[in-house]
Amino acid sequence: MFSTYDAPVYPYIQSTEQSLGQPARHKVVVIGAGPVGLTAALDLAARGVAVVVLDDNNTVSVGSRAVCYAKRSLEVWDRLGVADRMIAKGIEWKLGKVFFGDRQVYQFDLLPEDGHKIPAFINLQQYYLEDYIVQAAAGNPLIDIRWKHKLTGLRQDSDHAVLTVETPDGQFETKADWVIACDGANSATRRMVGADFAGQVFQDRFLIADIVMKADFPTERWFWFDPPFHRNQSALLHKQCDSVWRLDFQLGVDADPEVEKRAENIIPRVKAMLPGVEFELEWASVYQFACRRIDEFRHGRVIFAGDSAHQVSPFGARGANTGVQDVDNLAWKLAAVVKGDADAALIDSYHDERAFAADDNILNSTRSTDFISPKNAASKRFRNAVLDMAEKASFARPLVNSGRLSTPTPYVHSPLNTADEGVWQGRMTPGTACSDAPVTVNGKAGWFMHQIGAGFTLLDFGNAAEPVSVGDTKAKVLRVGVDFEDTERLLTKRFDAQPGTVYLIRPDQYVAARWRSFSPAKATAALARALAKG
Amino acid sequence: MTLILHPNIQDPDGFYQELTDSQRSLDEDAASDMNARLVLILANHIGDRKILTEALKLAAP
Repeated sequence: MFSTYDAPVYPYIQSTEQSLGQPARHKVVVIGAGPVGLTAALDLAARGVAVVVLDDNNTVSVGSRAVCYAKRSLEVWDRLGVADRMIAKGIEWKLGKVFFGDRQVYQFDLLPEDGHKIPAFINLQQYYLEDYIVQAAAGNPLIDIRWKHKLTGLRQDSDHAVLTVETPDGQFETKADWVIACDGANSATRRMVGADFAGQVFQDRFLIADIVMKADFPTERWFWFDPPFHRNQSALLHKQCDSVWRLDFQLGVDADPEVEKRAENIIPRVKAMLPGVEFELEWASVYQFACRRIDEFRHGRVIFAGDSAHQVSPFGARGANTGVQDVDNLAWKLAAVVKGDADAALIDSYHDERAFAADDNILNSTRSTDFISPKNAASKRFRNAVLDMAEKASFARPLVNSGRLSTPTPYVHSPLNTADEGVWQGRMTPGTACSDAPVTVNGKAGWFMHQIGAGFTLLDFGNAAEPVSVGDTKAKVLRVGVDFEDTERLLTKRFDAQPGTVYLIRPDQYVAARWRSFSPAKATAALARALAKG
Repeated sequence: MTLILHPNIQDPDGFYQELTDSQRSLDEDAASDMNARLVLILANHIGDRKILTEALKLAAP
């Protein structure tokens, strides 16, 4: 197994604080060096905050795991300078086909809108993604990744947490002003703070297998309901890089995971799905899933992000993608609080916004699960009726649900938003992630998303805005037609801009407020509100 | 619009006969499958979510 990738082994290094027996006081400690924890480290470091990352292992993800990375996650990684390599290595795909029995009943095109730097989706094995982020973090003096460091205890004081950490050299204690728990669905940190993690556990078991094959299948997502090779269950085929393909077989509630995991039982399933195709089995896992969320995303000085805060079904690629968006939301807020530019109330808006997004993801992934794995005979009858009609009747196609693919949830009820005045068209309502657009900078083609800085930005379509400040936080002005040209006028269209229109954009590239003309008083009030000082 | 609850089907006896005739030769399973398709077809024709919710409540046991 594992013929296409050699996992790196990262060195264990004893920390100075452990060897001296003198606990250091860190600004931020991240628990877990998966995609979410590593992204948190990169983002905080980019904002000037030193981060220690503790991971109980010393390598990257075993197995391809998350695989599908959505546009918004890639935009976050692009902001952090690591997306180009992921996109270059990853597989871009747009077409999905849905089969019912032996017939194709439906196909969808992600139809990504033109004029965005980042594709709608890429497929990339999780180990490459983690490998690339670790490499990017390696040269950063603000990031200290400590391998073979396992969190075994945690207690909290009013303004810091004390962590007990176990390494090959034994246990030691360290202190952190803030802890970000990115230690996954079975988070030990979550247990240590006594948080509630409630939701629905699904009984169905699924087998995922990565195979290497040279066969010339198209780069498409194929999903089968009740196929002849795997009756009464679903199956999925999806391409990854290095000629690796992800296969997913629904096994039902009675399957024995230990038996199903054996190669001698997997190989016949693959042969039935792909008759006559030569392949090698690379990795396999049998899993069950749950849809549940933590009660509060912040417990004192401990903040939860990714699977430790919420679990979703795999349909829709909403796990890792929403975890990365948690961090996108949290990093600028935590950096502002660490620097003294905002109060802990700003971190509480992280719960408001990301719990809302988690609930949206759970809703969508539960609906997909209920379509793929109907809960009773009546649901199955409706599901089959939809699939049966979808081939010929277009009206039935929007009801086919083999996973609703991850898109960023707009924070429509966020306390950080300033309500619109007047009438606006388009999607850029306060609480929404900015849309990209092609622009021209000094005569060269570029992208709008690259023009937004790391802090707050006043996007000015009228050449009238002036910078505003709240305390030490300044919103700088980005002038359309001065700092860059909206050559194709797509930015103007997507932002429903008129001459004089001004947007206040947050450090995570979300819209905080917008006006038809610039008012320093209103812009200052909106900035204060976006810092939870309003 | 609210759900129409006054008599609205033209030729009620003829419609009822056509409905039952359409399933006369079907066994329980095939008839239930057909009913599922019929519900979806009619629901799409109605479209209005509020009316569909009203109808679901009315039909519930």
